[in-house]
Amino acid sequence: MLYYTLKRLGVAVLVAITVSVLSFSMIYLSGDPAVALAGEGASNEDIENVRRVYGFDRPIILQYGSWLVQALQGNLGHSNYLKAPVASVIFERLPTTMLLGACSLAFALLLAIPLGVVAAIRPNSIIDRIALSIAVVGQAMPSFWFALTLILWFGITWRLLPITGTDSWKNFIMPSMALGYYLTPAVMRLTRAGMLEVLSSDYIRTARAKGLRPMTVLFKHALRNAIIPVVSLAAVQFGFMLGGSIVIETIFAINGLGYLAWESIQRADLPMMQAIVLVLSIFYILLTFLADMLNAFLDPRIRVA
Amino acid sequence: MTIDTAKAPAETGHQEPSPGTMMRKRVFSHWGFMIGAFVLIAIFLMALLAPYISPGDPFDQVLSRKLIPPIWSDSVKATWDHPLGTDHLGRDYMTRLFYGARISLLIGFGAMLISGIIGTTLGVLAGYYGGRVDMVVNFIITTRLSMPVVLVALAVVSIVGSSLTVVVWVLGLLIWDRFAVVMRSATQQVRALDFVTSAQALGCSTPRILLTEVMPNITNHLIVIATLEMAHAILLEAALSFLGLGVQPPEPSWGLMISEAKGMIFFDPWLITIPGLALFALVLSINLLGDGIRDVTAPENRN
Repeated sequence: MLYYTLKRLGVAVLVAITVSVLSFSMIYLSGDPAVALAGEGASNEDIENVRRVYGFDRPIILQYGSWLVQALQGNLGHSNYLKAPVASVIFERLPTTMLLGACSLAFALLLAIPLGVVAAIRPNSIIDRIALSIAVVGQAMPSFWFALTLILWFGITWRLLPITGTDSWKNFIMPSMALGYYLTPAVMRLTRAGMLEVLSSDYIRTARAKGLRPMTVLFKHALRNAIIPVVSLAAVQFGFMLGGSIVIETIFAINGLGYLAWESIQRADLPMMQAIVLVLSIFYILLTFLADMLNAFLDPRIRVA
Repeated sequence: MTIDTAKAPAETGHQEPSPGTMMRKRVFSHWGFMIGAFVLIAIFLMALLAPYISPGDPFDQVLSRKLIPPIWSDSVKATWDHPLGTDHLGRDYMTRLFYGARISLLIGFGAMLISGIIGTTLGVLAGYYGGRVDMVVNFIITTRLSMPVVLVALAVVSIVGSSLTVVVWVLGLLIWDRFAVVMRSATQQVRALDFVTSAQALGCSTPRILLTEVMPNITNHLIVIATLEMAHAILLEAALSFLGLGVQPPEPSWGLMISEAKGMIFFDPWLITIPGLALFALVLSINLLGDGIRDVTAPENRN
């Protein structure tokens, strides 16, 4: 287990370093970052000034090195638009996005796992077909259109839910649905496949033969084992969702990291964009690492391989 | 001298149908495949014939005829001149919908092609060579997966400047991960088979083995992933355009049409519903077709 952990940790750190290089070099995509930062109509003097102040006149390796050292110390740069340190702005917005992500994940799991279980109990039945259709339809719906459709029905036609802001828990219902539904097909298919496999195994037959109640067999014996891959899928998808929240947060005007990312892109706030990409990537790397550890802990076969 | 082969099966009577017949039978009895193929062909024709079947011009603005509702609404303004109505600038909505299909299909196909080439190359090399190559490719895949696609695509497009070509390239360079993962495991399975070993024993060159022995045996998987990724790219383009960083106005992209209509959600919600349904139908048909191809080519894997 120790060897596996160390190996996995080493890979995670290497990936994190590569991602940091990539997000650092993002500002060079525009050609000369000094010109981009100085803005339109800047004189040559201004551009030279920006270049000196931001250190763009130094060799790239040095620039990256000092950027990385600063980042490790928690200094992710300075937003030239908000006139504030990037890190503090990001950590101010992060909880909102985390909350949205958690609600979306909860919505997706609460919808997908029961559907997957029911579908697996009676494969090829009407219920199974309906569950599969939901999965197919869910995968084809653009999230922003689904969000606008929700607004149209629940917000405008029936006036049940508020359509923007983060004032109460009601504000989170529609965004969570819009962000979470995309995850349901994958979770449902995985739960169904896992349950189908487990339900046909010997120990379930034994449990049934012992005369245990069907519900006990289903939830205590079968689901517990079938759910293991779902846990790691959920962890990985949580990371994806944080990235996808940019669309949903923009629509519902939720003041989280995604909205901040969109605003920063509109304002060409390069240091902020860089930092958000880095933070979300590191978060994803951490999540996958934890998911792998959890899996190895739950399933000893993985550790040895 | 000819041998009358045509008669032979008729004589035996109860012979197995040929693989081709079996395949055709499976294709025509697969509902998802047929529906998907039908809708996709319809949308493709719509895109191809857009200049001939549209009621108007996609860029013509007639401000005196703006926001005409579609033909099924009760409003007196509805007219057969504009079956799906007009948008806030008085452009015919059906025409823009037809032309929008071109952009979705073009971007979906282009991005799928680029990502397919990158992903397949990486995946096949990793699966065939294993060892260090596999390690490196796995590392590249993990790195790519850890970067949020929508965010990186938005950031890059905003820095480089957005155009149709840029969007295709950015998406193509970002979504190759599933190609790589699936091609890698498919190649690993094929590599261990006898015909690959015998080709190696015969002294065939590696490119030859990869192209003529390995590739034909993983094409099924490739086609399935290609459909999935095309659908994925279309959804991403729509999201980018919706956020204002994809296809630029006045081009008629479906995502952009929804974005332009979002301010009119209170009074003219059909402006959002129509392009949304079109996107939904396109993505659904591609996914159904992909699932269908998987079922038809590998019936033993069906569940």
